[in-house]
Formats: sequence, C-alpha cells, structure tokens
Amino acid sequence: MKPLPIGAFTVTSALGAGRDAHWRALRDGTTGLRKVQFDTNTLDCWLVEVADFDVPLPEQWSDWDCRNNRLALFGLHQDGFLDAVAKLRARYGGERVGVFIGTSTSGVQQTELAYRARDPESGRLPDWFKHRYTQNIFSVADFVAKVLDLGGPTLAISTACSSSAKVFASARRAIAAGACDAALVGGVDSLCLTTLYGFNSLQLVSTDICRPADAARSGISIGEAAGFALLDPNADAPIAMLGYGETSDAYHMSSPDPEGHGAAAAMQAALTCASVEAAEVDYINLHGTGTMANDSAESRAVCTVFGTSTPCSSTKGWTGHTLGAAGIVEAAIAMLCIEHGFMPRSLNTRTKDPTIDAAVLLEDRYAPVRKVMSNSFGFGGSNCSLLFGARA
Amino acid sequence: MSAGERVWVEAVGITAPGLANWQAAREVLRGESAYAAADMPLPAPQLLPPNERRRATPTVRVAFQAAEDAIRASSLDPAALASVFASSDADLNIIHRISSALTQTPRFVSPTDFHNSVHNAAAGYWSIAVGARAPSTTLSAYDFSFAAGLEEASALVLADGFDTLLVAFDLPPPQPLFEKRPIACIAGVSLILTKARRPESLASLRCSHVHEASTTMAVPQLEELRHGNPALAALPLLELLALGRSGRVVLPRGSNAGLAVTVEPPS
Repeated sequence: MKPLPIGAFTVTSALGAGRDAHWRALRDGTTGLRKVQFDTNTLDCWLVEVADFDVPLPEQWSDWDCRNNRLALFGLHQDGFLDAVAKLRARYGGERVGVFIGTSTSGVQQTELAYRARDPESGRLPDWFKHRYTQNIFSVADFVAKVLDLGGPTLAISTACSSSAKVFASARRAIAAGACDAALVGGVDSLCLTTLYGFNSLQLVSTDICRPADAARSGISIGEAAGFALLDPNADAPIAMLGYGETSDAYHMSSPDPEGHGAAAAMQAALTCASVEAAEVDYINLHGTGTMANDSAESRAVCTVFGTSTPCSSTKGWTGHTLGAAGIVEAAIAMLCIEHGFMPRSLNTRTKDPTIDAAVLLEDRYAPVRKVMSNSFGFGGSNCSLLFGARA
Repeated sequence: MSAGERVWVEAVGITAPGLANWQAAREVLRGESAYAAADMPLPAPQLLPPNERRRATPTVRVAFQAAEDAIRASSLDPAALASVFASSDADLNIIHRISSALTQTPRFVSPTDFHNSVHNAAAGYWSIAVGARAPSTTLSAYDFSFAAGLEEASALVLADGFDTLLVAFDLPPPQPLFEKRPIACIAGVSLILTKARRPESLASLRCSHVHEASTTMAVPQLEELRHGNPALAALPLLELLALGRSGRVVLPRGSNAGLAVTVEPPS
C-alpha cells in the first residue's frame, strides 16, 4: 500500500492526558499502575485508572452519559485534536470523513449500574438507563461522530483486544475503496466489573503488577484509555501508516495458538502490505499482556518473522492492558518512539523468561527509530499488526 | 459519494421466522409463495465441531446458520474467505447473566460466559470451525449494522482483494433488557462477495452514500420483519437478488443517511 499519513494523534491513559504526559512517563520509567479502589471491586489486583475525566457529560449529551463516553470526550479534548478534526472537516467535508472506533465493552458499566437499580418488584431497569446511547457497542463511535459532526462510514469494531488496531486497517480499506476520503480512528475502553471479574474467572488477572516477559509473570493488569488518530492521504505529516496485517488463529476462543502461527502471519502480512523487509523494522511494540501463554506465543511468532535480534518490548507495564483501547494506545506509543528516537524497556520485567528468545529490551535505548511494528491480539484468535514509519 | 466499484454476490443465506433458508426466502421474496409467519426453533448448525457445539450460545448458532446457508450454495472454500460479522448487540443473554451475577455476593462470573461475551465470539468460532485464517472484522453500528457490514465487506474485496463472507445477526434479549432493546425476532443474513465475476455470481453490487429514506417492503409482514431485527434491514436488497432484477435500494446507514445499493444481474 501507499503510506497513509497520520495527520494528528492523541492518547489518554493512566499515564496522563495527551502525548507529552505519555512521553514523559516513558522516558522516566513511571508506571501508571496502582492498587486503587474502583467501583465496588473486591479483587486484589493492580488497575490503571485515568484521572480527572469522570464527570457528567454536558447537558446536550446527557443521554450518552456513561464512563466510556466521558473518557472518549476527555480524550478528544487533548493535544489540540479538535482543531485538527475541524481542519480535516473543512478540507474534505464531514460527510467524507469516516469514523472507526474500537471498543471491547463500550458503556457496559452503565448496564452494571442499572442492574443494581432494578425495581425490586417488577425487575425493570431504571428509566435513566439508555441502552442505545451507552451500553450498545456502537454508542462510542456514534457519540464521537456526532460530537465532531462527521458523517462518513461510522462503525465500532469490537474484536476484543485487537479492536483499536483493526480500525486502522478498516479505515484504510474504506479510503482505498472510495467510501470516504479520510478517517478518524480510535479506541476507547473503560474500567468495568464485567471485564475485571470476567478476566479473573479465566485466572488471567494478576495480583502482582503486570510484568511482561518476566520468568515469574502471572497475568494482566487491567486499564482504561482513549486514543484517536486522523488518517489523511493529503496530510503533510512526519509519520505514516505503512502497512497492516490481520489474521485469525482458528485455534481457541480465549488462548493464543502456542506456536504463534496466526500472530506471525499477521506480522508478515503487515510487512508484505508495506513492501518492507523484516530487517528494516527498528522496534516492535509487543502485545505483551504478561500472561504466560501470550508472551511465549508472541515471542515465537516474532522470532519466526524477525529472528532474535530486533529490539522489542511491551509497554503494558506502564499502561496496563487497556483491552479494546490497547491498539490505539500502542500505535500512539509507536509514533512517540519514532518522534523521539526512543525504544522503551519492558517495564517491571526483573528476570527475562529464558524460554523467550525475542530481543526484549531490559534497558531503554535511544537511537533513530524509523519503522515500528505494533502488535495487538484478542480473544477469538483475532490478530492485527500495524507498521508505522517516518516519512522520507 | 459517487458509486463505488462493483463487487459480485456469489451466494445469499438467511435464517429468520418464516424465512428458514435462502431457497424458502427466495420463493417468498419472488411472490411465488405467501409469507407465513412461523415460530423459529433455535438453529442447529452443522459446521460447529462437537466440542464447540456444546459451548456455543444461541447467538453463535444463529450466525452459523446464516453463514452455512450461503456457504452451501457456493463452491468457494470457506477457509479461504475473509469475514465480516455485523451485529448490533451480539449476545445480550450473556450481558444479562453477567450483569445479574455482578449484583450477587459473592460475584461469580462464568468463565465460559465471559469468553463468549466478546462481540467477536461468532467470528472466533467460525474461524475455528472452518479453519479460516484470513482477516475477520466484527463490528456494530446499532440498527445500521447491515449497511456498515456491507461497506466493510466490500472494502475487504475491493481494497484488499479477499473474497469475503458477510454475516449479519441479532437476537431478542431477555427481560429486563428487552424493554430497552426490543429486537423482535431472531435473524441472520449472509452474503458471499467476490472481486471477480464467477459462474455462480447472482448479481453485482455498487454502494454509494445518499440522504434518502430507506426502501420499504410492499408485503406488510415483510416490512414488519425489516424493522424487527437489524440484520433484516437487508430485505429490500435480498428481494432484488431473489427476483434476479437490476435495481437500486436504499438501506439505513444512519439516522438521516442511507446506503444506496445498485444491483445488476450478470449480463
């Protein structure tokens, strides 16, 4: 494919609001993971909670009010992103700009709250619960499109933890097929008990802090985040999406193929799509959830495609696993790495698992970074690898 | 938006009350037999491996039933197809069970429920069942999910060169969610789209964005069905495909937006 310029991007996670906060936390090795109280959670685990956003939406959006849409709106207000969207709208017309948002659970926390408030006699849900505008998976994409007055193809992609990586692929396809001229892509997922207790039921939530690739890693730390980017074929931007690869494991619903065949195929497909050789990639931002199964399978896949010398790391020791937002968060980190000539270490990793052969960074590295691959994998065997690069 | 490039429809599948499969639906949509409302038993799809069949939810079974109906009518290898699964709400039965469990002490969320709760559960089971390793997108666009799915599937064909299976499906939720999201009936609709015209091709499609009202169905019961499930927003398109006629329909793409689909049978 022809490189597709990234006109603007922004990210908000437990590391802070906006790109600078993320760059500072990466540079300083400051994790966003905390042992904090969330809602009525009783599980002993580390969480990553975004600060300062959880206030009711403005009156005109009150039907849409829920934690996930609050986080979306807060995220849109960072880094001058609204101005960049306004310019894009002026250039193409809102009708020609698509909106592709990844989320795994949208506003399901609102449903949890509504179930606690069921009428004891009738069992009915409270009047304030608006399924369409909060719980429904499309809610966040619809909300973003309406707030920004964009009317191209508008959809939510929900493929678990690959959701907001796959938005880049879908948006690029839509532009190439002529369904829109430019696109806003993003991902928003917010803390809820459904995912906390759900992942806990699968014994994937660690009581320890997330330690990707560590010999003694014991699972994920769940986080929340919002991030957005503009794909604009005519932007004079320093960074572009060079390629993407999507595959299905066809193996198991909630465990990765231990050999990493599907993951390797996604990485290879992204290289082929970009006409880039594996040796040209400077750094790989791993999916690296900190589960035994993921990190081992992903290392095998990386070694299949890249060998054992390409520097790589997971940044989930900083951000936790932001699930449906992980793709956009790590795409943003990949772009920050290119901007700053920086490759982050695998934070919280004490002793690298000796069975992991990939070149996981245990120290930060400063060097020119021109091409970065970012991996995102999800339940259902959904794999997506994105390749970003500095332009010329 | 000007009309895009064409994609070819290789096969159609459906499962809905009174429209048990494409063969039956085709007769009704051609006016050769009257529509007869019928209670719809939960489908028992054939392609789920025994292990997965045991755990598969009603939602997964409806998606499979619709997909298998199209697959049977095509000589294409399902393992080679990319896929798009379009559903407004996927599995509200599970959301109901998990949300209820979270109000109890202690909170016990079933691990099987949780891994089946992901919006892409049907896509995951499908890829396992047929060995499909190609790209697969699962999306939601509320009542506009069929049009969004058709656009994504067309883009997979046109931009990435994959022959693609589109499956749209939704199911009525249990109470108390039904009051908030009254999906009236179980339904699934599928299309197989190809880049090249093939001997089996039924028609070509070209999509464009318009601000026009959606096409309605002349038969009142079919019009009721069209409103009863987001997947059945496809009915006006299926009617043209059943009739083997050229024409143009508008499918709902947003509150005030439509997706115009121009249909042309092979010349």
